[in-house]
Amino acid sequence: MGRRVLLIEDEPHIAEAIRFLLTRDGWTVASHGDGSDAMDVIRREVPDVLVLDVKLPGRSGYDILGELRADPTLAALPVLVLSARSRQEDRDMAAEIGASHFMTKPFGNAEIVAALRQMAQT
Amino acid sequence: MPRSALTGTRVRERRLLIGMKQADLARAAGISPAYLNLIEHNRRRVGAELLAALAGALGVEETALAEGAESALFEGLREAAAGLVSGASAGEAEPEIGRIDEFVSRFPGWAALVAVQQGRVASLERSVEALNERMAHDPFLSASLHEVVSAVTSLRSTAAILAETEDIAPDWRERFHANVFEDSIRLSEAAAALVAYLDSSKEAETGLSSPQEEVEAWLARAQHHLAALERGTAPPGESLIAGVPELASGAARKLALAHIARYRADAVALPLERFARVLEEEGPDPAALARRMGTGLAPVFRRLASLPEGMAPPVGLVACDASGTLTFRKPAPGFALPRHGAACPLWPLYEALARPMVPIRAVVEMAGRVPQRFLTYAFSEPRHPGGFDGPQVVEAQMLILPPPEQRGEVERPIGASCRICPRADCAARREPSILAGGE
Repeated sequence: MGRRVLLIEDEPHIAEAIRFLLTRDGWTVASHGDGSDAMDVIRREVPDVLVLDVKLPGRSGYDILGELRADPTLAALPVLVLSARSRQEDRDMAAEIGASHFMTKPFGNAEIVAALRQMAQT
Repeated sequence: MPRSALTGTRVRERRLLIGMKQADLARAAGISPAYLNLIEHNRRRVGAELLAALAGALGVEETALAEGAESALFEGLREAAAGLVSGASAGEAEPEIGRIDEFVSRFPGWAALVAVQQGRVASLERSVEALNERMAHDPFLSASLHEVVSAVTSLRSTAAILAETEDIAPDWRERFHANVFEDSIRLSEAAAALVAYLDSSKEAETGLSSPQEEVEAWLARAQHHLAALERGTAPPGESLIAGVPELASGAARKLALAHIARYRADAVALPLERFARVLEEEGPDPAALARRMGTGLAPVFRRLASLPEGMAPPVGLVACDASGTLTFRKPAPGFALPRHGAACPLWPLYEALARPMVPIRAVVEMAGRVPQRFLTYAFSEPRHPGGFDGPQVVEAQMLILPPPEQRGEVERPIGASCRICPRADCAARREPSILAGGE
């Protein structure tokens, strides 16, 4: 069984493209599109890496990240945060809350694959 | 030489620059020193004849002192010079601010160009600040941009997959083709909606996006003075707002009627003629005016901010409720007021809000390209419109006046709002500024 990635992203076409890319790269991909019950899905899936969109229906990605970092069983989970905002203050906020990697939309396909590979190694 | 848009201030600046005594200038211009003092503090307007006499005595062209198109040229040059000086690195040559007159007379074309460019720079900076403010607080704009970014993200990834993956399975290819088609439609619709929204809000760039702004636009056009309400038999409020184009919404008309009712009460309590006479004697000191007129401070604040042009120095007024939300905004030249969101927490207005019934006088320095000083008076008053069992309602007000001529007082550094304030190290900052760099 390959490395497992959970994708929390509400835009189905974006999720589909990422799923395709990561599957071809050897990942086992699960995805979910709602913020309100995302923590339940994360606890159930226990992925190796989490890709987390910021703007989600039901609950903000930052909010989810904060709860995740406060949970000792998930505190070390590598999380790539996807955001449409690229200002330094957004990056700083993501880092402060506990993002392992910050990526802005639109991203390059090679860029996201490389980032996940690197995160899985650390 | 500090900048100012007012003739009196320019007269004073020029006189001090050449080391002339006030009494000597008054004599040369054929007026009393007391009258010159009032002029220099912008409490009296200067007619053409007197302006010529003052200019002659000061050895400058009238245009160097007058307000209007020519003075705008000098103003623009001063502003450009001040901006350059504040942003200059060590060792860079600074503009010869003291030789602006000479520059204008020798190179009028170049001088006009510099001033026009400065105006454009300032205008663009204001637009950038306003747009950034808007992006942060406008939910429609934020949602529209998010829609565009989502569609573009999907298109970019999907198109790259189709272009770069040679061995893509037919079902995936079909699915991605369909996604690209849907996303392109979605993108074009989102872009069209965004353009339509921005176009419509450009029409309303006069800013009439809320009832409060509609009222402010109406009052700005009337220069905040409602002459019809100064008469003993004032017409009903409804007749004053009928057909007013700025008051498009019912909510704005309600707010306008409330403003008229309060204005009318203030005008009865502080009749214009008597108020003007006392103002002449006391100057714009709200405490002295309230004492002489036998009223509270709050009506005096509002009265000072609603006088006809020329009767008092330029007066700004802001008011807020107990939540700190600005409920009234009359701008003072150079004192930036936030259009969206909360104001600078260091405004004396908020200190007054925290200390009801305590009058606060403070000289402040407003951050900006060219920091400017102002004299402020702030006061807040609790009311109980619902009686003993009702809630306490607090309103704070702050008057904004030209600064005192003496520079001895400690100036409080303030800004408009955190998002557009360059004071990087401010202890009261609640969010990062969009402006690069600090002071």
